Amino acid sequence: MRQLIAALRKEMLLQWRTRAQILAIFVFGATSLLLFSFAVGPNSTALRLHAAGFLWLALLLSSTLALAESFQLETEQKGLEGLLLLPASARAMYYAKAIANAFQLSILGIALVPVMVVLYDVSIENLFGVFGVIVLGAAGLSAPGTIYSAMASQARAKQTLLPLLLFPLVVPVLLASVKATSLLIAGDPMGQLKSWVTLVTSFDLIYWSLCGLVFGRVVED
Amino acid sequence: MRGVSRRYGRRWALIDVSFTVPHGKVVMVAGRNGSGKSTLLRVLSTAIRPDLGTAKIEGFDLKHERDDVRRKVAILGHASYTYDELSAIENLQLMARLVGVDSSREAMLHLLNQVGLAERAEDSINTFSAGMRKRISLARVLLQKATVVMLDEPYGQLDPPGFRFIDGMVRHLRDEGVTLLMATHQLERASALCDLGIVLDRGRLTWEGAAKDLPSEGGLEPAGTPEGGP
Repeated sequence: MRQLIAALRKEMLLQWRTRAQILAIFVFGATSLLLFSFAVGPNSTALRLHAAGFLWLALLLSSTLALAESFQLETEQKGLEGLLLLPASARAMYYAKAIANAFQLSILGIALVPVMVVLYDVSIENLFGVFGVIVLGAAGLSAPGTIYSAMASQARAKQTLLPLLLFPLVVPVLLASVKATSLLIAGDPMGQLKSWVTLVTSFDLIYWSLCGLVFGRVVED
Repeated sequence: MRGVSRRYGRRWALIDVSFTVPHGKVVMVAGRNGSGKSTLLRVLSTAIRPDLGTAKIEGFDLKHERDDVRRKVAILGHASYTYDELSAIENLQLMARLVGVDSSREAMLHLLNQVGLAERAEDSINTFSAGMRKRISLARVLLQKATVVMLDEPYGQLDPPGFRFIDGMVRHLRDEGVTLLMATHQLERASALCDLGIVLDRGRLTWEGAAKDLPSEGGLEPAGTPEGGP
């Protein structure tokens, strides 16, 4: 726990020091939302209908940049290798980075909500519910995303490899998050929200348990 | 270590290397560029695994008791093992918290003072020169209080006062009973500090003995690509 807290402190400090990068990733996400509205055209009904899907696609695309960046800092001066040689627990290092990434993606997702509201003319009935689903979905993206960005950071084609590895794995989380967000925006007359939230939460638990176990093997020679 | 070999892809960087270092001795590791010095130290510090052979440090197996070995060993490598966006003191505090030693500001300033960086304690590492990065790496080594220390080209990127600083640090660690392995091209300088020496050539151990008896130029022939395997 001592190592987890120390590593988490480091992650948050690094995120704060590189906040300009996070702002750039937010602009990328907002631009993606704008481009989706161009693709659909001036059909406000269609835009409102697909708003949740577009929000999550923007967050997914932005997440690949944020996740890749989080390991770029580790490889510059072999920071992570240095910590593991101290020795620090690989599991503590993983959970610190995954928590920091989940926090960053949650902030990013929440910041994209007003952009979505303005661009797609959406009215949200349960704003805090949407924020809650974003936090759950961000956790589902960050757990496997952190481990795959660690793998991709050691490869030559890291920019291509991360989305190739990540996207297929997060389809269930993405699907459930889109459905839950959509129900929170458009209303939930059939009471389906709970089952979709349960699905996201279940995948979060699976990813966070398994990825913590295998991270050591990924980062050790 | 017994019969240790390590390869990168198809190229063998270490071939069947065997030697023993008595506790508390200072050992110079000599050899041309690409002879396997850094690979040897990285294997011994558990940064990389050997492909063949076995090695033990203070009774702990390098392959199977890595965490125990890591508690005993510290390495000054080519990379500084720091975070550029953090200040010198923040980097050291992070390491101290992970190791579980005193991470107070006073303790870190004392450490930085030892390596001559107390005035730059609050500056980010990305404003440091290569020599200063080397010094912060040394502070990291001192913080670990390891009983076995690997120094990979410790004189590299340092100015003449830096050379004297490394000499003093080696003597200080030796006096405290720390076992040191020092890979360097500064053969004359290191001979005065080291008890024993080994020479690597194209991944193979070609000479070992007392450091003062090291052949001139380390008995080295022109460099070439390692051939064959273990």
